[in-house]
Amino acid sequence: MRRLDVLVCSGTACVSSGSTEVKESLAQALADSDLRSEVRILETGCMGPCELGPVMMIYPEGTFYVKVSPDDVQEIVEEHFLKGRPVRRLLWEGVAPALKEVPFFARQHKLVLANCGIINPERIEEYIARGGYEALARAVSEMSPEQVISEVSASGLRGRGGAGFPAGKKWELMRNANGSPKYIVCNADEGDPGAFMDRAVLEGDPHAVIEGMAVAAYAVGAQRGFVYVRAEYPLAISRLEEAVGQARRMGLLGDSILETDFSFDIELRMGAGAFVCGEETALIASIEGKRGEPRPRPPFPTESGLWGCPTMINNVETLACVRHVVVGGADKFASVGTETSKGTKVFALAGQIRNTGLVEVPMGISLRELVMEVGGGVPEGRNLKAVQIGGPSGGCLPEKLLDVPVDYESLGEHGAIMGSGGVIVLDDTACMVNVAKFFLEFTADESCGKCVPCRVGTSTMLDILSRIVAGQGTEADVPRLKELAESIKMGSLCGLGQTAPNPVLSTLRYFPEEYEAHIADRACPAGVCPDLVHYLVLVDQCRACDRCRQVCPTGAAQGAPGTPPYHIEDELCIRCGACVEACPFDAIIVKPGRKG
Amino acid sequence: MITLEIAGRQVQAEPGQTILEAAESAGIHIPTLCNLKGLSPRGACRICLVEVTTWRGKLVPSCATSVEEGMKVVAHSARLRELRRTILELLFAERNHICAVCVSNGSCELQDLACELGMDHVRYPYRFPGLNMDASHGKYVVDHNRCVLCGRCVRACSEVEGAMTWGFSRRGVDTLVATDVGSPWVDSKTCTECGKCVEACPTGALLDKRTSVAEQEKDPEVLSQVTERRPRV
Ligand SMILES: Cc1cc2nc3c(=O)[nH]c(=O)nc-3n(C[C@H](O)[C@H](O)[C@H](O)COP(=O)(O)O)c2cc1C
Ligand code: SF4
Ligand code: SF4
Repeated sequence: MRRLDVLVCSGTACVSSGSTEVKESLAQALADSDLRSEVRILETGCMGPCELGPVMMIYPEGTFYVKVSPDDVQEIVEEHFLKGRPVRRLLWEGVAPALKEVPFFARQHKLVLANCGIINPERIEEYIARGGYEALARAVSEMSPEQVISEVSASGLRGRGGAGFPAGKKWELMRNANGSPKYIVCNADEGDPGAFMDRAVLEGDPHAVIEGMAVAAYAVGAQRGFVYVRAEYPLAISRLEEAVGQARRMGLLGDSILETDFSFDIELRMGAGAFVCGEETALIASIEGKRGEPRPRPPFPTESGLWGCPTMINNVETLACVRHVVVGGADKFASVGTETSKGTKVFALAGQIRNTGLVEVPMGISLRELVMEVGGGVPEGRNLKAVQIGGPSGGCLPEKLLDVPVDYESLGEHGAIMGSGGVIVLDDTACMVNVAKFFLEFTADESCGKCVPCRVGTSTMLDILSRIVAGQGTEADVPRLKELAESIKMGSLCGLGQTAPNPVLSTLRYFPEEYEAHIADRACPAGVCPDLVHYLVLVDQCRACDRCRQVCPTGAAQGAPGTPPYHIEDELCIRCGACVEACPFDAIIVKPGRKG
Repeated sequence: MITLEIAGRQVQAEPGQTILEAAESAGIHIPTLCNLKGLSPRGACRICLVEVTTWRGKLVPSCATSVEEGMKVVAHSARLRELRRTILELLFAERNHICAVCVSNGSCELQDLACELGMDHVRYPYRFPGLNMDASHGKYVVDHNRCVLCGRCVRACSEVEGAMTWGFSRRGVDTLVATDVGSPWVDSKTCTECGKCVEACPTGALLDKRTSVAEQEKDPEVLSQVTERRPRV
């Protein structure tokens, strides 16, 4: 008799922290204890709290174990499975008995990720058992294409790939487009550094994306679809390939789907990794085998896309929402969220925050709830300074704006964007000028070079920022940065250039005093920029233990053992921080500003 | 026929024509750089951006945007003038455009634009990347320091000559035009030595080996003369 299901996360993060080994030793331990008929091991997609991996969940009671190693397995089997006593030290925070009591999960609303971490993504039967392919069956047998589109329109679903274009409107444009054949493309390029929401869906619930594509194809009249997925996602690719094969075998893809006259099939196309290839016209060029360069729109892909034919591009997450719209109905979908932003959004939480990982929350939740409750806030003893939201071209919102609701319009108004859902939490150790420079380095490097404002403008802005952090800024730099940023936003050909200045503009808007300090006082208030700080030994605290002198790679930390105080020779100091870390008495500090 | 408004005037155009073509046939001038008659539009330099009032003020490249019935287009405004000037300054700052020592001095579209847009100084730091020249070919030279990456050579070579010798390599500010994916021009297996790229090039980036300072004359119109004589398919 089966008593327990053990769900072992096999998302990419958990696999790299050793979930495969955990699963193998668990299987062995179950065999050794003769429990194989009572306890079943299931592999699932990403469960979310990635930095706590490998994680596993035990049903029916919902016990959640974190940071499980193969050495823990014996204890889990003996204590938990045999004696019914959960292993406390492996529980999240050591106390929470059940998942729904952990705020990380309690505040979430899982729709897109509903199956991730629950089903085995490699088995279509498990997807079907949880209502999978019901949307497709309903669409092709009970609904006209127009009805499907009007349901999607009524749901208020907007594109999750960044721009937030209403999905129903795009589908309608595509349905009415002249030309054939028609293609649909699932955009799984996910080029934002640190983003992995699409990867998690593809790995954890590939059929949800396939079903979304099939419903979309039925609605707009397409026979062929492509998934454009980045080659760096081998697990996602293999699960997708497997899933497509299973769907074909069950008559859910291919000719005469579910014995109707609707036919549709899916092929995978691998992306080579350039960030700009996620932009829809560059993506089209890339699939066609050309240089991945955007082109002006109009014509939009729905008028002229792949090989000149009408082509509709939707993001992974957008497509994964579709089945919920069709099965649950537009009203139910639209009951979550705000007036203009419906449903849920998946975010990847990163930076100085306790619970990093993947979360799905209702649209309209405040940044505060997202970061403080779901994310658990910044670690002890730190202060939250800003939240950078929207990926490399998102904006930095200061602590005082934490009550801003997370929806397309509110974020836009405040100089940030929803983007694809990257959230990076910054604490008071972050220098905002340096943060802006960091993101601009990425976009300038990823600029395809086609259009002048983005190609030359982003690099010029980067040069100016580099001068500022090096202590060579001038009063003219701030107005120059602003002017240039406006021209780049206005004049660039594609979304990359049009949004690249956001990190600079938002930090100029909310943290002007930091720019001012770098330029006028030649000081980095956060103590980050090496040219604008100096190292200082606190005379009263130094005990002349000699540790600093021993670790200093350049001989800048000087003194004689037993004769305090030591001192740091500024010309020799390379600001590596080794002495600060080595000093047992906290006698060395980093002081904003140059020496003297 | 389609009727639209450009720069406050009623203009007639054929369906499928671009805003730029419609403007030019009505005698309205819009500055351009990467566009060349006879080649497909690229929409890359952003000099010919215009504002379409009927599309909620969207800025579009007039060379690459088709006309639409009832469309209203602002072709000249303080905002557009400032944007065009900024773009031009960025181009001047990007590589090395010192006219006094250039073969194309006096016959250069970049120089002409600077005069037209009243660009008397550059507000941005010059990058002077010190790029190589490729003078390996017997007849022509490419000086990347003068290149504005308009892609006219690339399109002339593939669309008019059909040789596909030219392409782009690398990306961002490191982008270069390249013959046969980056091998020296003299080793090109595809180049027919027709010289169309040199004629198409708006600056002194592509030049005839025999020319010295201010001697290089360009005749970009040869390209449309060729394409216009071709039978239509
Ligand atoms: C530089 C750049 C990168 C992009 N990368 C992605 C991406 O990785 N995934 C994605 O779905 N959309 C990306 N987009 C947005 C796409 O162009 C497009 O709007 C989107 O895929 C449409 O799908 P949606 O309407 O479902 O959001 C990117 C856009 C730009 C400008
Ligand atoms: S905005 Fe940047 S990435 Fe986009 S076309 Fe222009 S140069 Fe390329
Ligand atoms: S070489 Fe001349 S034609 Fe070719 S891209 Fe450069 S500037 Fe344009």
